[in-house]
Amino acid sequence: MDKKIYLDNAATTATRPEVVEAMLPYFTEMFGNPSSIYEFASQNKKAVDEARTTIANSLNAEISDIYFTAGGSESDNWALIATAEAYASKGKHIITSKIEHHAILHTCEYLEKNGFEVTYIDVDEDGILKLDELKKAIRPTTILISIMFANNEIGTIQPIKEIGEIARENNILFHTDAVQAYGQLNIDVNALNIDMLSASGHKFNGPKGIGFLYIRKGLKLKSFIHGGGQERHRRAGTENVPGIVGLGKAAEIAMATLEERGQKEAALRDMLIQRVLTEIPYARLNGHRAKRLPNNANFSFQFIEGESLLIMLDMQNICASSGSACTSGSLDPSHVLLAIGLPHEIAHGSLRLTLSHNTTEEEINYTVDKIKEIVAKLRSMSPLYEDYVKNNLR
Amino acid sequence: MEKKKVVVGMSGGVDSSVAAYLLKKAGYDVIGVTMQIWQDEDAAAQEESGGCCGLSAVDDARRVANALEIPYYVMNFKREFKGSVMDYFAEEYLKGNTPNPCIACNRYVKWESLLKRSLDIGAEYIATGHYARVVRLENGRYTLMKSATAAKDQTYALYNLTQYQLAHTLMPVGEYTKDEIREIAKDINLRIANKPDSQEICFIPDKDYAKFITEYTGEEVKEGNFVTPEGKVIGKHKGIIHYTVGQRKGLNLAMGHPVFVLAIRPDTNEVVIGNADEVYSNKLYAGNLNFMSIEDLEGEMVVDAKIRYSHKGSKCTIRKVGEDKVECVFEEPQRAITPGQAVVFYDGDYVVGGGTILRDE
Repeated sequence: MDKKIYLDNAATTATRPEVVEAMLPYFTEMFGNPSSIYEFASQNKKAVDEARTTIANSLNAEISDIYFTAGGSESDNWALIATAEAYASKGKHIITSKIEHHAILHTCEYLEKNGFEVTYIDVDEDGILKLDELKKAIRPTTILISIMFANNEIGTIQPIKEIGEIARENNILFHTDAVQAYGQLNIDVNALNIDMLSASGHKFNGPKGIGFLYIRKGLKLKSFIHGGGQERHRRAGTENVPGIVGLGKAAEIAMATLEERGQKEAALRDMLIQRVLTEIPYARLNGHRAKRLPNNANFSFQFIEGESLLIMLDMQNICASSGSACTSGSLDPSHVLLAIGLPHEIAHGSLRLTLSHNTTEEEINYTVDKIKEIVAKLRSMSPLYEDYVKNNLR
Repeated sequence: MEKKKVVVGMSGGVDSSVAAYLLKKAGYDVIGVTMQIWQDEDAAAQEESGGCCGLSAVDDARRVANALEIPYYVMNFKREFKGSVMDYFAEEYLKGNTPNPCIACNRYVKWESLLKRSLDIGAEYIATGHYARVVRLENGRYTLMKSATAAKDQTYALYNLTQYQLAHTLMPVGEYTKDEIREIAKDINLRIANKPDSQEICFIPDKDYAKFITEYTGEEVKEGNFVTPEGKVIGKHKGIIHYTVGQRKGLNLAMGHPVFVLAIRPDTNEVVIGNADEVYSNKLYAGNLNFMSIEDLEGEMVVDAKIRYSHKGSKCTIRKVGEDKVECVFEEPQRAITPGQAVVFYDGDYVVGGGTILRDE
């Protein structure tokens, strides 16, 4: 196949043509600064407001509770650090999970260095948060629970409703990193008792460099980026108008297509999982079989280096990943796979395939064929596999 | 016919970048790879010079690979590097030896793990920017030949490679002088053409080996006695990991004349001190042998031996005195023969083999 097969939509997605089209005028003729007073700029203010409304509606949230940021990581940093600062007088304890994105984990480490205590709750072998542990971890000084909506590596969806209830009963704020879930799952911040929610445009066919943080009215969070009075004095900096417009358009399309797209992707994903697990020996699916994002499949193959598999897939024009895309593009054993109990050597060798609305059955079949070939070849060169086969034939 | 695939270990520095360029020009299907081996985030934030495998190495190497239009990947060898290089380095120091971690990295990380993974992805060779030449001799064996510029020669750190490893290795830079390599880099507009050479041990950027070993192993380093060769106690030392054979500075001993470390005795936690002339010796024993140009050493052989990276080499006679032990007798006494360092034997420009210098028994 000469065409590239892109199966890394959890890393980033292609911006939809309609989104690009909606953004373009805001680079050219409608370049005004929304804060200016003349009529010319008010169109920009209106465009920003429309995007905010679209996103608020998508979450059943108040329009004024949506704050635009530069993306998921900024939203996560802001939610955690500003909550810690604002509520330090109540207590200095935060609860999160062991399988959060690094935007959460590293921010927690930063807070730990600054006098806060963080409890990292375990997950079970499917990656689902242990609710009994969460309940036990709560202290009078707990000010925040931050649990991701769905995991970026293994796709497992957390029991967000239950977590929201536990937080509410104990009068603790609840933040969720919904970077992977927003645009793929229905989210109602009121029904789920969510106080803060992070999302990022480029994960749902919007542009990069734009995202938002939902902050429920009444929270005392202060500004994270200091400067002008934009975003109700809570996020300084001239609005990224084209980005915001693109984000709004992408959200609009994502919501309109959510059910149908989810069903289509889930059907292809199930076919992918079925074929891999039946046709490739010593393969396992990571994450919960049913409670997972419709576009996510994550496998481990024993006896091979995940890195070699990825490179060889790349040589066949198949874009896949091991889990999370980080700066260097190099693999450390995944903290998520270690947390669900995989041994070190298997946590090194995983393969994540994440689909989009453009993924076809032909692409999935071709990809499985290639994975089969490559895994067989790598195993034929693997002393570990040789030993295993020898010992098990004896 | 399909082009032969070669994986070039790229540091973003001038040598490996030009190596990739030369191989591409020679018609190979070149894949650039940077090995990720030890960084943690704090180190990345502090990083200044980079070394061969730092995070800035990744950025630089990727830029070069883009310029050369070759595919580029980062491969993670942190586990292998920790096991084969960092653990080994710390253990040897605790035993009172002075190891050379670059040799271990070459043998076990670059030419074992990187080679394995390169063969896995369909390559036939790995290549590096080392100043050395891989040659095949009339007896059918592969060996290394010193680089065209003696001053830059890096065969010392590569003496431990096996025949299999050498058969799958290309070192295109060895044919050129450093100036020629810099010139080529300039001609092809590589931005890194003036990057300084890396020298130090990459995982100890602050060069404080003792601090690294205490933090890395968690071992408590005990003070002990400075003694004369006759066993007379002449002072207190800070712990054996702070010393290396031949060392003069930092001993804090007022003897009225310059004194040097002659030996380190881990069993009794003693550091032996003596005069300048006592640092010289004309004999050493080496183990962990690897022969290159010959299959094994039979009888006696007169060779030039290098006892450390910066040593010029000195004439000596070698013979085996055990299954894995060579005795090496120099014509002239050598300064500071240091257990743990490698001794490498040369026949003219060719590597005969080498081993690790053993402590006197």
